[in-house]
Amino acid sequence: MLTEPTAADDKIRCDACPVMCYIKPGAAGACDRYANHDGQLVRVDPHILLERTVSHGGRLVPFQKTGDWDGKIVQEPNIFVTAIGAGTTYPDYKPAPFIVSSEIDGVDMVTVVTEGIFSYCGVKVKIDTDRYLGPETATVRAQGEAIGHVTTSEYGSQMLSLGGVHHLTGGSKKEGRVTCDALMDLSNCKPVELTIDGGATVVVQAGHAPVVNGVPEERMRVGCGSATIGMFAKQWHGKVDEVVVVDDHITGVLSEHQAGKLLDIADTGIKLKGRRSTPGRYFQVAEPGTGWGGTKISDPLSVLGPFDAKKARPGMTMLMVSTTGEHAAFYELDAALKPVEKQMPADLGLSVERIQENCEPALCTVLFMAGAGGSLRAGVTDNPVRLTRSVKDALTRVTSGGAPVYVWPGGGITFMVDVTRLPAGAFGYVPTPALVAPIEFTLRLSDYAALGGHMDHVRPLASLKGNTETLQISSPPSAPGSRP
Amino acid sequence: MTRTPQIGFLADGRRLHLQDGPIDLIVEATGSQADKRAAYAAAVRRFSGLLDELCGELPLLRQAAHPARCLLQGKVARRMHDAVAPFAADCFITPMAAVAGAVAEEILGAMTANAQLERAYVNNGGDIALHLADGAQFTVGLADRPDAPGVLRTMIIHADDPARGVATSGRHGRSFSLGIADAVTVLAPTASQADAAATIIANAVDLPGHPAIVRCPAHDLQPDSDLGARPVTRAVGELSNREIEDALEAGAHSARKWLAAGLIDGAALRLHDEMIVVGTRAVEVPGLRVPLGRAAEGSLHV
Repeated sequence: MLTEPTAADDKIRCDACPVMCYIKPGAAGACDRYANHDGQLVRVDPHILLERTVSHGGRLVPFQKTGDWDGKIVQEPNIFVTAIGAGTTYPDYKPAPFIVSSEIDGVDMVTVVTEGIFSYCGVKVKIDTDRYLGPETATVRAQGEAIGHVTTSEYGSQMLSLGGVHHLTGGSKKEGRVTCDALMDLSNCKPVELTIDGGATVVVQAGHAPVVNGVPEERMRVGCGSATIGMFAKQWHGKVDEVVVVDDHITGVLSEHQAGKLLDIADTGIKLKGRRSTPGRYFQVAEPGTGWGGTKISDPLSVLGPFDAKKARPGMTMLMVSTTGEHAAFYELDAALKPVEKQMPADLGLSVERIQENCEPALCTVLFMAGAGGSLRAGVTDNPVRLTRSVKDALTRVTSGGAPVYVWPGGGITFMVDVTRLPAGAFGYVPTPALVAPIEFTLRLSDYAALGGHMDHVRPLASLKGNTETLQISSPPSAPGSRP
Repeated sequence: MTRTPQIGFLADGRRLHLQDGPIDLIVEATGSQADKRAAYAAAVRRFSGLLDELCGELPLLRQAAHPARCLLQGKVARRMHDAVAPFAADCFITPMAAVAGAVAEEILGAMTANAQLERAYVNNGGDIALHLADGAQFTVGLADRPDAPGVLRTMIIHADDPARGVATSGRHGRSFSLGIADAVTVLAPTASQADAAATIIANAVDLPGHPAIVRCPAHDLQPDSDLGARPVTRAVGELSNREIEDALEAGAHSARKWLAAGLIDGAALRLHDEMIVVGTRAVEVPGLRVPLGRAAEGSLHV
């Protein structure tokens, strides 16, 4: 197929059919099947075949580059037919669009390829940050509409639970539409701005750092304040008299901490605000916020009371540092035992850098979660519950756009998948509103027959490969969360 | 690589699927086995090369139609012109406004000319040409939610009704709309007439100058759109109930005019959650939900 980029404006002329549409970048032709993707003509409704052997990349490649086509779409056997672009109807009272049989290791395998329409779906978002995003159970909004809520805090991160059937179809029409758009964008790895009632505004994009109140997050904290003391106590020993690791959760104090005691670090007469948990560990030294260590403070000295004159002495030194090493300051007590900020000594500066180095890059991760309902399963077999049982018995492998999924125990086929592992643009929507996501069931042909599969609709893989409606893409990254 | 139209039966083994470029047809006929076979064979024969035939006159098809003069040569192209010409004196319209209906009509015509059928339809992306022998009927479901247990309204077209064409136009469709209607479904004597009228009526459902309506020149979206620089609707924000009624009433006014002129047999206009039905007894009363199974025998408009 020839595509001639026209002069200046990146429009391309599609000659897939005699309509010969001029297509602008990012737009599709009259057929909605061919589109201009960064100046290249690509198919947008293909049945995507994932080639397992190709290394990381996970990107669209042109359906056909200019030049001679070698006639080869994919090479057996390392391909996997995905449901992306398979098309679907709702309810799925007729067999899934494609039921493909292919031989894998001499076993005749069947992949039932369909795109599920999921009214029961949502995303679980993990945002690596120590900054305060909002209170637990607070409403999360997109464009002012409630689309989910803040759920638990986890290690170095805050979880959001977005979507679900109540926001999709239980509220106003606009709420449903906005929820659907936000879920689709998040699932397609696009950035979405979320505001949390009584909290922060955060831009979430799967595989990218969160942007909290306009500031991109860089690192996860190395551990809580207490853990940081434990990890670095030896490196501080002899270089400074006191270290306070400011943390929204547990602020650590070196001289009082078990790690300091083991090193015989002397009392410094320091006094912390907040509630002491165990020696050297303090809860609630300050309100949560987006300042030091996930608190709302900008002056770390505000977490300290006056030093005890019986133990403190002028000239004593103190390092205050956040759990990411992003904030740090060095102080010396003056004659009145008041801390005065001084130039950070080089060796302490190195320890702060070490904390930074031990903090992993902060990411947003998005897991799409959906339940395969009765009707979708009916597209696969004429006795839907047998498919469910077969999945539970691990006879049937479930994938989403070729990516591995976690299937929740319990009833139904409710699965989660890391959206960064699906090919680009894998998710769509219907105006229900509901999301359209690819789902594949792979099993032995004999098992498929046994569970009441639509045997008369099984097509050999070769019949798809000879079809022009296929698009070869490289396989998505195999390591969770990794990006090209 | 040569272009190969897609010709095949859908998974149900019952409906024929024909696709070539932007043309996507779902075809079904009922009758004796032999007649059905003959009808499908005729559909496939007529389908082959049809797109090339149309594209041969594409530049002219994309120009505003003249109310009286027609320079087009092809049979389908001329049908497109004939369908839009009655509207051309009042409004800007190109023959492209009737392309889907005209193609559906052409394929249906090939089928009925070659077989005795009880009932047949050619559905070209929602623009439908119908054949109904005596006593037959066709049910069209109007749905706004494909997962709901039924449809919002149903239209039942009986053999003794004049309508043999059903078309839907609106801002969510594949082609652009100058208006804000979510959907305007029209019944007309032929599919091409229904297609043209649905376009015109959907354009008339509008609130000119309303700040919540986002518009954009058509050629900014599709460089070769027949609508040129005309502003097409991209988004519709919040509207008050009064505004929704006003917009629908503007469309209904247009629909009544074409009904009186005998160009259409009826129309159902929908914007947000409101619907106005103009002059057709085929549309059943609101609130009556038929099971999807029955509606699916006909066609579901979403």
